[in-house]
Amino acid sequence: MFLWIIKRDLLLAVRRRSDVLTTLFFFVIVVSLFPLSVGPEMNMLRTMAPGVVWVAALLASMLSLGRMFSNDYLDGTLEQVLLSPQSLSLLVLGKALAHWLVTGVPLVLMAPILGIQYDLPAEALSVLTVSLLLGTPVLSLIGAIGAALTLGLRGGGVLVSLLVLPLYIPVLIFGSGAVEANMAGLGYDAHFSLLGAFLLVSLVFSPWATAASLRVSME
Amino acid sequence: MAINWFKYSSPASFYSLAGKMIPIFVILAVVLLIAGLYVGFFVAPTDFQQGEAYRIIFIHVPAAWMSMFLYVVMACWAGIGLAFNTRLSSMVATAIAPTGAMFTFLALWTGALWGKPMWGTWWVWDARLTSELILLFLYIGFMSLQAAIDDPRRADKAGAIIALVGVINIPIIYFSVQWWNTLHQGASVSLNQAPAMATTMLTGMLIMVFASWMYSIAVILKRTRVIILERESHTAWVAELRKKEAI
Repeated sequence: MFLWIIKRDLLLAVRRRSDVLTTLFFFVIVVSLFPLSVGPEMNMLRTMAPGVVWVAALLASMLSLGRMFSNDYLDGTLEQVLLSPQSLSLLVLGKALAHWLVTGVPLVLMAPILGIQYDLPAEALSVLTVSLLLGTPVLSLIGAIGAALTLGLRGGGVLVSLLVLPLYIPVLIFGSGAVEANMAGLGYDAHFSLLGAFLLVSLVFSPWATAASLRVSME
Repeated sequence: MAINWFKYSSPASFYSLAGKMIPIFVILAVVLLIAGLYVGFFVAPTDFQQGEAYRIIFIHVPAAWMSMFLYVVMACWAGIGLAFNTRLSSMVATAIAPTGAMFTFLALWTGALWGKPMWGTWWVWDARLTSELILLFLYIGFMSLQAAIDDPRRADKAGAIIALVGVINIPIIYFSVQWWNTLHQGASVSLNQAPAMATTMLTGMLIMVFASWMYSIAVILKRTRVIILERESHTAWVAELRKKEAI
């Protein structure tokens, strides 16, 4: 059932490719806006790069949250899923994982290319990619709670950002902090450990909280 | 004598209890506020490092403490409401949020006013300031989520979940000055060592903390009463009350 729901969501994403691409291009465009707005000074861009890439990834991942449950909610699938005897937390975990595969992984793959635009050194590029690899699943997992809570509400899209962005801040701080520490010649193990800890904690608690939120929203 | 603890978990009986309690807390708040401000401005000595500017501590510290504490209390009541499906607990949680947000804003604002003469800047991106700002965002998120949901029971439960998720931030704020060594000074008052300030300063601050407490309780009770009336407007006892008040 867990694998089934991942497979199903991936299939749906493949059939509706534009959704995936929109998120990815949003990410690329937001990152490209910064050099245009603050000027193409390479030294400044290099110091800004980790923060800019991370903020853009955060926004891109957040914008696609609406899709996580809303289609299933509209066509009634979600109701059937809630009625099924399988553990709802597990199903939610599958949905969050599928969301990460569809939106998070393309961002991670795209990040090194954008990093080159900002003239990041090779080692910082790999640190940036690994930090995103550890961080983006946390974004999907935390975002699932917000998406479930705002299901079917008017103005849900804006509301979800109010709920979710404050919770994203720690991931942002340590994710971009890892790259900055690397560029300053410091160790970045601590940042990675913390990101890993966030991942594990959200892996345990988020499906549970999301399942509870879905039950509240579907009452 | 057996006390029926659950008597006041009914909105109707809590309504009249709260009505009797509000004047007590209002009087206590006013008296403590006057006493605290008097001690703070006239009795407490001038600080040898920070001069007169330190006196904002009498508002800043109580506000910061209340902002964190009220969030925990709010999350507790919201959690109880979620777990036991009690209406009143969720109403109290809803009533706490605006007061908590007000104190968070006050803490940030007075902090900025204090930071300008001491650090030479209104704002720094220091760990404690940032996490207090996140706390303000959490309060705003909680309130806007509840405002967006029309069904009050769903609003209660959804708010409870987001409040409980946000509780993680509280220990981060509290310990941030110990974990990260940044511009914000360490705690001047703690349980396991002598406070690093003059006794009169400490007294003034504690009186102000109690004043904020009493103020918060009074305002929260008042707001809970209003929420009760709003949500129970279809019930017989509210209709009766309306008839009685009209006469």
